[in-house]
Amino acid sequence: MILDRKSEPQFKAISSIKLIKPECQKLQNGIDLYFIDASEADLVRVEFIFPNVDWNAAQPLAIGATNSMLNEGTPHYTASQLADKIDFYGAFFQHEAGFDHSSVTLYSLNKHLKSTLPIIKEIITEACFPEQELSTYIQNSKQKLKVNQQKNDFLARKKFNQVLFGDNSYYGYNVQAEDYDKLTREELLAVRAKQYTAGNCIIIISGKVKAEERQLIAELFGNDDWLSDEKLVVSKPVLEPSSTLVNFVERPDALQSAIRLGKPLFNKSHPDFQAMQVLNTVFGGYFGSRLMSNIREDKGYTYGIGSAIVSLKEAGYFFVATEVGAEVCSNALTEIYKEIDILKNILIPDEELSLVRNYMLGSFLGSLENAFSHADKFKGILLYGLDYDYYENFFETVKTVTPQHLQQLANKYLADNFLEVVVGKK
Amino acid sequence: MINFERFTLNNGLRVLVHEDPATPMAVLNVLYDVGARDEDPTKTGFAHLFEHLMFGGSVNIPSYDEPLQRVGGENNAFTTNDITNYYIQVPAVNLETAFWLESDRMLSLAFSEKSLEVQRNVVCEEFKQRYLNQPYGDVWLNLRPLAFKKHPYQWATIGKELSHIEDATLDDVKAFFTKHYNPQNAILVVAGKVKLEEVKQLAEKWFGPIPAGERYNRNLIQEPVQTEARTQTIKAKVPLNAIYKAYHIGDRKQKEFYATDLISDLLSRGDSSRLYRSLVKEQPLFSEINAYVSGDMDPGLFIVEGKLVNGVEMEQAEAAIQVELERLKNEVLQQDELTKVKNKIESTMVFSELNLLDRAMNLAYFELLGDAANYNLEREKYQSVTANQIQEQANKIFTDTNCSTLYYLSEN
Repeated sequence: MILDRKSEPQFKAISSIKLIKPECQKLQNGIDLYFIDASEADLVRVEFIFPNVDWNAAQPLAIGATNSMLNEGTPHYTASQLADKIDFYGAFFQHEAGFDHSSVTLYSLNKHLKSTLPIIKEIITEACFPEQELSTYIQNSKQKLKVNQQKNDFLARKKFNQVLFGDNSYYGYNVQAEDYDKLTREELLAVRAKQYTAGNCIIIISGKVKAEERQLIAELFGNDDWLSDEKLVVSKPVLEPSSTLVNFVERPDALQSAIRLGKPLFNKSHPDFQAMQVLNTVFGGYFGSRLMSNIREDKGYTYGIGSAIVSLKEAGYFFVATEVGAEVCSNALTEIYKEIDILKNILIPDEELSLVRNYMLGSFLGSLENAFSHADKFKGILLYGLDYDYYENFFETVKTVTPQHLQQLANKYLADNFLEVVVGKK
Repeated sequence: MINFERFTLNNGLRVLVHEDPATPMAVLNVLYDVGARDEDPTKTGFAHLFEHLMFGGSVNIPSYDEPLQRVGGENNAFTTNDITNYYIQVPAVNLETAFWLESDRMLSLAFSEKSLEVQRNVVCEEFKQRYLNQPYGDVWLNLRPLAFKKHPYQWATIGKELSHIEDATLDDVKAFFTKHYNPQNAILVVAGKVKLEEVKQLAEKWFGPIPAGERYNRNLIQEPVQTEARTQTIKAKVPLNAIYKAYHIGDRKQKEFYATDLISDLLSRGDSSRLYRSLVKEQPLFSEINAYVSGDMDPGLFIVEGKLVNGVEMEQAEAAIQVELERLKNEVLQQDELTKVKNKIESTMVFSELNLLDRAMNLAYFELLGDAANYNLEREKYQSVTANQIQEQANKIFTDTNCSTLYYLSEN
């Protein structure tokens, strides 16, 4: 029999996707400890998540600096002693301050957890931000910022958030080098005392999580010794989108221009969110998207272009980002707007939509690699006050949303008045 | 530990199968034994440009990406100085689509002028985005030719210059395909929720009929031993002065590789590492500093690179790096510190094995190095390194005449 290489093999649609839901154990001090026990390998990830305190315009970097410097010293150990202890056990300590939450994450082999966890406890509850370390932090952060400010895509991202949200919130504030000089040890201590307490903490463990691991956590983190008397109250950010739609930052030597354009939307708690994800995928959310097909694969203007919907606790937005040859910048802009118009004016062909449906489900399935990925999916709903219905709706919407509905959404949410930022040359 | 089975098709294609019933996904990874080191010095950047063209459709299938996306799959590829690696991740129920696509482009590409023209542009934009339009982006374009005078590692995978990519012709493309893209020069790894028997049958069906082609015999000029300290100074519009020191080391297969790799960990892995602690925190002379090995298949480089704190003199910063390298040469390493870097290697490997694609790629790469089974001996090889071996390697590597130094100075 001659092999038929022209026709694609029979394929199957993805029927069911199983998410591993965590169990929850309430610790004695009230902390919700979520755990997903789903690993053959002897490893574990422990995440401590702390909703951010209110952003303070007088010290715009305090939340981030507090998180960054947690491991720079405690009353008992210097920064280098803390690093020694973590590194000796082959563990990884990560810390991250996002727009809404800050977190501390430990990756450890199970056999070393009893040695590494007490260090994390010390870091979270007793970080003391020594002056010397703070001044090194300020100096090095300023240097890194200076390097980043030479990058067009970095400048475009910062400027875009600024025009989207304004200067009066953590979401939109465009950091400048001198802001680092406003940081004080007192402020960091105050943020730590307010934010990093048992009353403001969620713990998620994933990997190989048996009774022993949970017991360790409960003993170290389940008591009243790090409860605060005050309940943390956080106010909503003040968001002030700019009325200037077109923003251009000239960089005369640029070989490429960074483009970022978009507009405010909603976050994932909105009923249209999932359908907008489908629309976004068609438009610029995967390699075969319309933006990539047109602007990279047909015109060769760029190495890459994409669009995304970002969900924050108190806001959401849609944006397109790319870096294009400086000489084709205005052509690229024209093509991006043209593609948006097509979404509004012409129904998405069934064949294309069917491809996108399968791609999205396959890609979701592929993202469920291990216990950590299941924990990430859980985090993606927990922090928005949603439950697993969110994912059920997502699967259902991906499978059934119609071209007509997507066109309506494009007209409703992608109407004119895009905020546009170009850094480079036009 | 990664379990696997291996068989070879009549046309010479080596196939490795790693079964992991716990995942609903499958990975199909094809490694071609060709990289930028195999390029003509007047046509550099070609292996990488070619990788782009591999997505332009093949002899029987006009579009590569579409049918894969339609069955829920994703794919990508990368080119290094040594290899070109393509991978597909797909729901395991649709594994055959991956075989269909990947075998057709090994069989023959659908070469078109349009595709070549567009990808030439795309790669030129990639060149600008990553190497020319970034602060310090051109470091490797300068450091490679300083360290390598003969060996083709003297150019980066993106190529020496934009013109080499702009001048590529369709004839060049065809000749490159014939020379390198055939079963004898490839390794196929299939991993995930798959069964050996099923893979055997699919491999035979889709890859079996592809002509074996010519085996490419690599015969590269080896780099002569460096005998003089080399330096170069670049001035550019960057905010900070930076230094890059490149020392010649052996290749990835040598047993000395493990001690050498651990030296880079001692120097700069984690906040407790020597360079970070001494030169960023205690003295502070650098705002960031790193040490790493290139891990190439031919003899490669050990790199120490850092950005200086504003106002610090270059001589002082460089001398401080020297002090740390001399310490490795002259002092015997304490057992605790050696245990520390070994523990880090152990946990890194355990964590990396969580990822199916990483497992598949590692099997392909170690098979190319000689035997995929050696992957499972890596941990042991790191564990067996002694303090004496570390000191010995440090003495061998860190000499002035073995070093090329690039001073990258701020014009501002």
